Amino acid sequence: MNDAMLPLITETVLACLPFYPLISFVLLISFGKHLSWRVAAGLSVGAMVFSALSSLFVIQQLSIDVPVITSHLWTWFTLAEEVNQTTTSINIKFYLDGLSAVMISVVTGIGLLIHIFAAAYMKEDENFSRFMAYMNLFIVAMLILVLADNLVLLYLGWEGVGLCSFLLIGFWYHEKANVMAARKAFIVTRVGDTAMAIGLFMLFKELGQLTIVDITQSAQTLWTTGDDKAYWIALLLLGGAVGKSAQLPLQTWLPDAMAGPTPVSALIHAATMVTAGVYLIARMNSVFLLAPQVMTYVAWLGAATLILAGIAALAQSDIKRVLAYSTMSQIGYMMLSLGAGAFSAGVFHLMTHAFFKALLFLTAGAIILALHHQQNLFKMGGLLKRLPFETALFAVGLVCLIALPGSSGFFSKEAIIAQLWSSNTAGPLLWTCAIFGALLTSIYSCRLFFLAFMGESRFEQSLQPSSSKLVKYSLIALAVLSLVGGMFGNIIETSLAQVFPLVTRSALNEPNWLHSVAIATPFVGIIFSWFYFASYRSKDSAGLNKNIFIESTSGLANFCRQGLGFDCLYHWLLVKPYCSLAKLNRRDIFDQLIMLNAWYVALLHDVLKSSQTGKLRWYAAAIGLATFLLLLVLSVDVISTEAS
Amino acid sequence: MIAIPLSHILILASILFVIGFIGVITRKNTLFILMSLEVMLNAVGVAFIGAGSAWQQADGQVMFILILTLAAAEVALGLALLIQMQRRFKSLDIDNLSKLKG
Repeated sequence: MNDAMLPLITETVLACLPFYPLISFVLLISFGKHLSWRVAAGLSVGAMVFSALSSLFVIQQLSIDVPVITSHLWTWFTLAEEVNQTTTSINIKFYLDGLSAVMISVVTGIGLLIHIFAAAYMKEDENFSRFMAYMNLFIVAMLILVLADNLVLLYLGWEGVGLCSFLLIGFWYHEKANVMAARKAFIVTRVGDTAMAIGLFMLFKELGQLTIVDITQSAQTLWTTGDDKAYWIALLLLGGAVGKSAQLPLQTWLPDAMAGPTPVSALIHAATMVTAGVYLIARMNSVFLLAPQVMTYVAWLGAATLILAGIAALAQSDIKRVLAYSTMSQIGYMMLSLGAGAFSAGVFHLMTHAFFKALLFLTAGAIILALHHQQNLFKMGGLLKRLPFETALFAVGLVCLIALPGSSGFFSKEAIIAQLWSSNTAGPLLWTCAIFGALLTSIYSCRLFFLAFMGESRFEQSLQPSSSKLVKYSLIALAVLSLVGGMFGNIIETSLAQVFPLVTRSALNEPNWLHSVAIATPFVGIIFSWFYFASYRSKDSAGLNKNIFIESTSGLANFCRQGLGFDCLYHWLLVKPYCSLAKLNRRDIFDQLIMLNAWYVALLHDVLKSSQTGKLRWYAAAIGLATFLLLLVLSVDVISTEAS
Repeated sequence: MIAIPLSHILILASILFVIGFIGVITRKNTLFILMSLEVMLNAVGVAFIGAGSAWQQADGQVMFILILTLAAAEVALGLALLIQMQRRFKSLDIDNLSKLKG
């Protein structure tokens, strides 16, 4: 291979990268019914292998000298801008820099492992090929989202992943709850998407650009820091990010989204799609940096979400819902980090979180399958001895989640917490929030572990652990990634340094106990829960302990289990009034106006119909009368012309 | 010979026509309706004859002969239908034949 050809090859590989899963999707959705499991799984996983290898190749080509690789496929459409009389063309064009490199490596790498797991996990499902087709379509949309050169293409991917999320949450559509969850996820994220669309319109109106690089340039020349327009646009984009990433106040859809199959929860609702909001803010950092106020909002939103989700996770009884709330709170960390201006730390946490949360979800899926679809923590217990392999993997995931030193979560979370104290847009108060969140994280993780894996066994039936090699290999690969993921920190730091501007901070007034506190917090949480949840891990099977495993129905616990009342609040504030309005207008008023025409025609019809009696003499009389009238008119006419 | 004015002839024709028409719409019996139709046709015939003589043209008489043949044909058809009607419905009441109502 000579050197002159290399850029061309790289460009072609980049251009083809998102389309392998698309081919697989089309084939699976068209011929899925006739394909055997082996063929369908091979097709979908094979497409992912191609994408993963391509992304590995193109990422290799990135270097200090070649910070950006672009690949122009075709021009989508052209927009005319009225103010400057200029036209902007919207291209289907892929743009690879450090940030999108991190994203595509997560999407294709984790995506590949989850596809392998899903192929084994969903083997028995009768709609297996439809499932794999949707998963592939999701990967296509997600890759378009992260590789988009302009915001319109990004929005296409953004809506595409929303659609796939909807399809996959409601995959088992025979049960009403699943369909309701899918609908809820779709509608709630649509609220954020609408805000984002308005943000894009404003951006185009103000700057006349939609290409991300151009926006970065012209925003910095046209606006000063604290500009009103930058403030509103950043706020609207934040709305989109909040909806997609399940942050306050649009977070209610994520716990319900756990109705989908577990690989979906791992792929979409933990590793990739929910982090799209983080990606959006990181990608549009130029606009956000011009609106420091919005940066502070981002930080506060993240902090509020991570604490609220942590509290809600403490009261859950469903293993997947604990993980869902934990995802929300970890994304809260990413938002907090972005808000503090620590973009690369946030993106790093995005990556490590994708590793260990995918591992946690998939292991939970394997456990749930072994337990005959039992998801209730209070009915598990003692799995340490019965499922040692899964327990070990789950423990690895939890160690990363708690951020014990040495694990990947430790490096990324410490990187975030370390930058909060002296950030201009965050500060000591948010640092305290983050520490408190870390404490909550370790407490709910320990509670989950004690309930599910320690103590006496409360699951009477025999277990059915999966013997599939695919499951084992994909889980082990994820566990290894989770453990060593922290080593990617330096690579990511250097590759992202060219994407994000350096945010100045004064590191002078930091007390030197900050790091010690941050490192010690998880241990405090573990020690606390060791004693506080002692009854959960106790071995004695005495009857007096039985009652703690009945779900408590006290007001506070129930309130937390329901996600701190947000669902209830929205139900009374939005759903109820809307439904009653809809009921009021059940017979659509405009419909009635239009139906007036039909009513009028029907009336005329009735009148004319009554004249058709079938009686001959009446017809003759009518003819006579009409002739008489005709003659009358004629004669009046003749007389009047003669008179004049 | 005293020439009869055209207007008189036309008045006679109109009176005959109206009588025939009233007969058509008031009579229920189909036979009488046919007879009233004949009266109406003849009223038209009178008008043609009167007009022909008033303008000294033969066309009026030609038209009358035409009407006469038409009336004969019509009566032949009408009477044939009448017999069928009597056979099928056992009545000659025209109002019984009202199946074509909307």
